[in-house]
Amino acid sequence: MEKAMEREVFRADSPRTETITMNMGPQHPSTHGVYRAVLTMDGEEITHIENHVGYLHRGIEKLAETRTFTQFMPYTDRLDYLGAMLNNLGYAQTMEKLMGVEVPERAEYIRIIMAELQRIASHLIFVASYAIDLSSTTGWMYCMRDRERILDLFDMVCGSRLTTNYMRIGGVAEDVPPGFLPELQRLINDLPACFDEYDGLISGNEILQKRSIGVAPMSAETAIAYGVTGPNLRASGVAFDLRKAAPYGIYDRFDFEIPTCANGDTYDRYYIRILEMRQSVRILQQAVDSFPEGPVMAKVPKVIRPPKGDVYHQIEGTKGILGFYVVSDGTSKPYRLHIHSPSFVNLGVFPEIARGGNIQDAVATLASIDIVLGEVDR
Amino acid sequence: MENLFVNLEASLNRFLTATLPGSLPNLAMALASVVVILLFVLTNVVWLVYMERKVAAYMQDRLGPNRVGPRGLLQTVADVLKLLGKEDIVPVAADKWVFKIAAVTVLIPTIMLFAVIPFGNNLISIDLNIGVFYFVAISSTATISFLMAGWASNNKYSLLGGMRVVAQMIAYEIPLVFSLLGVVMLAGSLKMSDIVAAQKDVWFIVLQPVAFLIYFIAGTAELNRGPFDLPEAEQELIAGPFTEYSGFRYAMFFLAEYGNMVAISALAVTLFLGGPSGPWLPSWMWFVIKVYVMIFLFMWLKWTLPRIRLDHMMQFNWKFLLPLSLANILLTGIAIKLF
Amino acid sequence: MAKEIQPIIEKLVQSFPGQVEAGETAGQVMVAASALLPVMEKAKGELGFNMLADLTAVDYPENFEMVYHLMAIPDATMLKVKVKLDKGSPRVASLVGLWPAADVQERETYDLMGIFFEGHPNLKRILCPEDFQGHPLRKDYILKTRS
Repeated sequence: MEKAMEREVFRADSPRTETITMNMGPQHPSTHGVYRAVLTMDGEEITHIENHVGYLHRGIEKLAETRTFTQFMPYTDRLDYLGAMLNNLGYAQTMEKLMGVEVPERAEYIRIIMAELQRIASHLIFVASYAIDLSSTTGWMYCMRDRERILDLFDMVCGSRLTTNYMRIGGVAEDVPPGFLPELQRLINDLPACFDEYDGLISGNEILQKRSIGVAPMSAETAIAYGVTGPNLRASGVAFDLRKAAPYGIYDRFDFEIPTCANGDTYDRYYIRILEMRQSVRILQQAVDSFPEGPVMAKVPKVIRPPKGDVYHQIEGTKGILGFYVVSDGTSKPYRLHIHSPSFVNLGVFPEIARGGNIQDAVATLASIDIVLGEVDR
Repeated sequence: MENLFVNLEASLNRFLTATLPGSLPNLAMALASVVVILLFVLTNVVWLVYMERKVAAYMQDRLGPNRVGPRGLLQTVADVLKLLGKEDIVPVAADKWVFKIAAVTVLIPTIMLFAVIPFGNNLISIDLNIGVFYFVAISSTATISFLMAGWASNNKYSLLGGMRVVAQMIAYEIPLVFSLLGVVMLAGSLKMSDIVAAQKDVWFIVLQPVAFLIYFIAGTAELNRGPFDLPEAEQELIAGPFTEYSGFRYAMFFLAEYGNMVAISALAVTLFLGGPSGPWLPSWMWFVIKVYVMIFLFMWLKWTLPRIRLDHMMQFNWKFLLPLSLANILLTGIAIKLF
Repeated sequence: MAKEIQPIIEKLVQSFPGQVEAGETAGQVMVAASALLPVMEKAKGELGFNMLADLTAVDYPENFEMVYHLMAIPDATMLKVKVKLDKGSPRVASLVGLWPAADVQERETYDLMGIFFEGHPNLKRILCPEDFQGHPLRKDYILKTRS
């Protein structure tokens, strides 16, 4: 705003220009849901952005207090509805940490497989929506085609594609059906070629590169100060991934790298996802190769009454660090359950980095931050 | 076959002269050609909407419309019926007159453009001796309708879209016209039939490849098609100037858009691809085939590339396309002098 | 890998005698509301907890409790900071000056729990509508049951 004021004084003798205020959302093709940004614009240049969220607020944290610990699992599906498996995993592990439950080996492997499949599926949605926000509709369809196969795998194990509700406190709901592993192996074999295809169609496109390289850069300091985590942080050059830094589950057994990019601009935030998907495929292959036999559910009482106390557990979600803070008073219902959602925090940096660009940059920047409104509003 | 339409026209003319007195037959003939052009545009648009969706679908590894009619052929008919049945909404805050007129005026230049297009040998409504000039002049008036729509909607998205249309269409018109100049210099005439005749031995796309490329790029921009679809940029401006339009008014813009695509392709065929000439098949059939090759190129481009950014679009025009087209004219002039 | 947390906590307790004490469970400190800002400043600057991982509040019968989770990047050491607040008018210093990340999270806590953050530049409701009455995550906010 100050900048705009200054300019008006500077142009005192020239025709007066006015800034316009424009509502982007809550219904807008590229806000990825019911998010509203109030843009103050000087022509097409954005001078100020104000975030408005809450249109999808369902009060899941309050609802949790009225449900038992077991009953809350399906609610986590509705947080980041593109990463339901990871939300399941985060909640299940939080409860296991609070209760001190050991999860059987086979269940751990199934969880890793599901988590990495979900990560790829979510990143595919990201690549797809980034492409379509830059009007490359064909890129969108290609990613959707490949994501479909992952959703089919989810369908095989739990009968549902998006709201999986698959993991349980102490393991997973059911063992994988026969035919799952061969199908998964075929997918693992095919995926690298798909990523190469995106590199050719989307990453390598000159128009797309010109529109995203150098747009809305975010320094590592800004990212950390704003609490930005996940791929967005790694795009700024910080090699921080909870799967390596504080391994949860059995992530310490797998050999993979944390890809980083240098500039933290829109293109890096896009490209880091492609690199991460390639690493996820590596983890998947290792998990399939050493997949053990055994039970998939630990001995957990039917009615879960965790000991009194509080616990905070965080996992590396698809959008960033997903945290669950659970306070138990010894009854079968949580006393307080707080969800630290990465999208909500990452969205906070959007006004900061998108200022000064034009509206087309803002659309690309918002797409590159990768928000899911179900998680922002909870 | 070759003279099918020419004969039809001649017999219609004879019939009218026999039945109507004075200068009425001429008037009736003029009306008849307007109706024919209108029919041509409408049938093409109906087909093009279907074709666009099919082309896009096959490029994206899916099937496209396949429910209404055999192979989804009646999809557009269903869409048009749906649009016709929609409520006619005029926003309260809109400038009502301009808002309504814009949806009508947008189609007028599109129809007028076809007056100078040779659809086949001897199949041209008016063979003006300034045919190319007429085409360029009429096509540039389309900008006004877009601006009217964008301004009258009283919506910020529409206004931004309208402004983008003006910036883009006026800018890209310059290289477009300059690219045509090369052809005109070679043919030595602005008359469409002369230009077609001049390509009897060799098509101008061979002699003027750079001009054709410039024409193709600038034409895409003039049509507001991807990657130059900034004015209606769905992801940024919802639908640009058409955001507030619904029902049949919206259909009019749609109609004009596809009509313009046929017109720009038809001019490309006339000026660069030898017009309606070709072996074995009747000339009008060749014309349609060539036009559809051009249209397919436009579609191919749109469904492959992402949208360009506003400032890049302007820079590309003023810093690259315009100097290139000027250089092309210079080289053409030198070549004509030498050979 | 994460650093040993216990020495860090001892260091904090020594630097702020009487205002910081080690919590009941490992890895957490209880801080007096008045000393929150200097403690956080020290944690961020000297002790290297450069990211505010999470910020939330719990409504206990006798008081409100702010729960801050600090994380050090890149070694992922976690520190839990708890602040007990008065039940009648819960007020605590805002951390926006230290971490811009606190901006949206404090607004959320204000909105849902009714904690007032002193010094927050833009303390408005964020998830609930502006004209919403009450703070839904408080225990005295009763959900309507389905009849």
